Amino acid sequence: MSQPNSHETVTGIVEAVGSGERSAIDVLEAHLEAITERDEEINAFNHVMADQARADAEAVDRSVAAGEAPGTLAGVPVALKDNMCTRGVPTTCSSKILNGWKPPYNATVVERLRAAGAIIVGKTNLDEFAMGSSTENSAFGPTRNPLDTTRVPGGSSGGSSASVAAGFAPVALGSDTGGSIRQPAALCGVVGTKPTYGAVSRYGLMAFASSLDQIGPFTRGVADNALVMSAIAGHDPRDSTSIPEAFPDVMSGINDGVEGIRVGVLAEMTGGLDGFEPEVLARTNEAADALAGAGAKVETVSVPSTVAGLSAYYVIAPAEASSNLARYDGVRFGLRHDGANTAAMMTATRTAGFGDEVKRRIMLGTYALAAGYWDAFYGKAQRVRTVMIREFEQIYADYDVLLAPSSPCVAFPFGAKADPLTMYLNDVCTIPSNLTGHPATSVPFGTGADDLPVGVQVLAPMLGEAVMFRVAKALEELSP
Amino acid sequence: MQHEPESPRSLARDDVAKVARLALLDLADSELDRFTPQLAAVLDRAADLEQINTEGVPPTPHPYTLNNVFRPDVVEDFSDIRDEVMAAAPASEDGMFMVPPALGEEP
Repeated sequence: MSQPNSHETVTGIVEAVGSGERSAIDVLEAHLEAITERDEEINAFNHVMADQARADAEAVDRSVAAGEAPGTLAGVPVALKDNMCTRGVPTTCSSKILNGWKPPYNATVVERLRAAGAIIVGKTNLDEFAMGSSTENSAFGPTRNPLDTTRVPGGSSGGSSASVAAGFAPVALGSDTGGSIRQPAALCGVVGTKPTYGAVSRYGLMAFASSLDQIGPFTRGVADNALVMSAIAGHDPRDSTSIPEAFPDVMSGINDGVEGIRVGVLAEMTGGLDGFEPEVLARTNEAADALAGAGAKVETVSVPSTVAGLSAYYVIAPAEASSNLARYDGVRFGLRHDGANTAAMMTATRTAGFGDEVKRRIMLGTYALAAGYWDAFYGKAQRVRTVMIREFEQIYADYDVLLAPSSPCVAFPFGAKADPLTMYLNDVCTIPSNLTGHPATSVPFGTGADDLPVGVQVLAPMLGEAVMFRVAKALEELSP
Repeated sequence: MQHEPESPRSLARDDVAKVARLALLDLADSELDRFTPQLAAVLDRAADLEQINTEGVPPTPHPYTLNNVFRPDVVEDFSDIRDEVMAAAPASEDGMFMVPPALGEEP
């Protein structure tokens, strides 16, 4: 089924709006119309910012008419995951504990998007506090996959991936702590990137696991994705984990092809693995063959520690979350449930405000950090993380990029992975890049079971986004 | 996964009740019954961390080696958002956050 606005590219909108051929308000109205028509069914948005978006679009049109430089994202509608702060606009993390809260400041990505002329259209649904892989954990109901509404859009950034797939916005931002951009991109048939850790400022992103979280873009095409990355990346003094190095030029070489590029296919994720759908493995291997056919040097490589990646992640991420989520205590913002004293008030608030998955992660993390278990869980997981970083760095001495599936399966039906551990296993392909901090992008490459899209990941070393997007662009063109 | 029953990794219902208290969460009995095997399954699976030899390997707390980050000690004016910040509080008075008694109980 063809989705509305699916012919729109970011570069096309920017050119048309910048040259005055088309108004930003016209572009916006087409997308708002798609939202009005179908979001009741999809539930991609927690909040649509129609009035502010119209005012912003009119401002872009006025500045173009006045002959001012239009900006690299002039007139481009953007959907924002609802864990990024927007001043005066509800920001909920799809949690009851923040229902109704309006942040007093904007996330840096919001400022950067607006400075580039982008139009923020609304806040998208997510698994509560970004904890999940299906968007079923939202306090405001699940998002449906626009390609098959009986199935999940992936998660946790499922509202963002669905909004791009449904033609509600040509660009959405998500956050990726263990795959929350790349897996939903794969399940919705769009491109999703987790950049190098520290490349995009996290100022104003509600923290889940601070050593893993990164913001990145969803788009329909690879070149558009690289363009958005160029607009949102860069050092920010307000984020102490923002890296000082300049973000690489990812645009000028994006069409250079893969002749001579060294590609390693991750053996641990492409063999006959349990729980991996055969079509997903087949598409990944075909992607590798296609790159070889286009002149890349392709070999199978092994990163043995990735087999323990999932376990390391499900110790480290909950440990950091248990600390980060301590701030939701009913004192300064959000929900409060009364109690006879401060501790009772905090307990009542957190018990009423958090959903089951958030409670599970907080408890896992609290346990992993407890005296007596700290070294066996958290300390061990952090050492495994070091081993994994060393193994990947060694591999990158001989390979420019690595290839792996983005998800073991295509979009699955609602309720299919109700058991928490079963859901966690779905993150096995994406977690290593969060543990290492390296960038990775998911590109649609053919279809799997029930004609649903399969995503293939291109992984690259620290700040290797230029070669990552170049290979991803080639894959996009080679896709069946 | 095979574990001795006394292994610290075998999470029991009492452990879950204890961490819930530490995390300021009040769980009903039915929730304890449901969460305990779910959390135990995740922690049992974490035994595969032992497959990786980490002898002499330092921990990685953060993927990017950062030293302390400093900025000039310049006073910035945030008075324009003060009202917005306080308006978001569940209870406030005279520009201060209000909470129930920290010691004892409300009379």
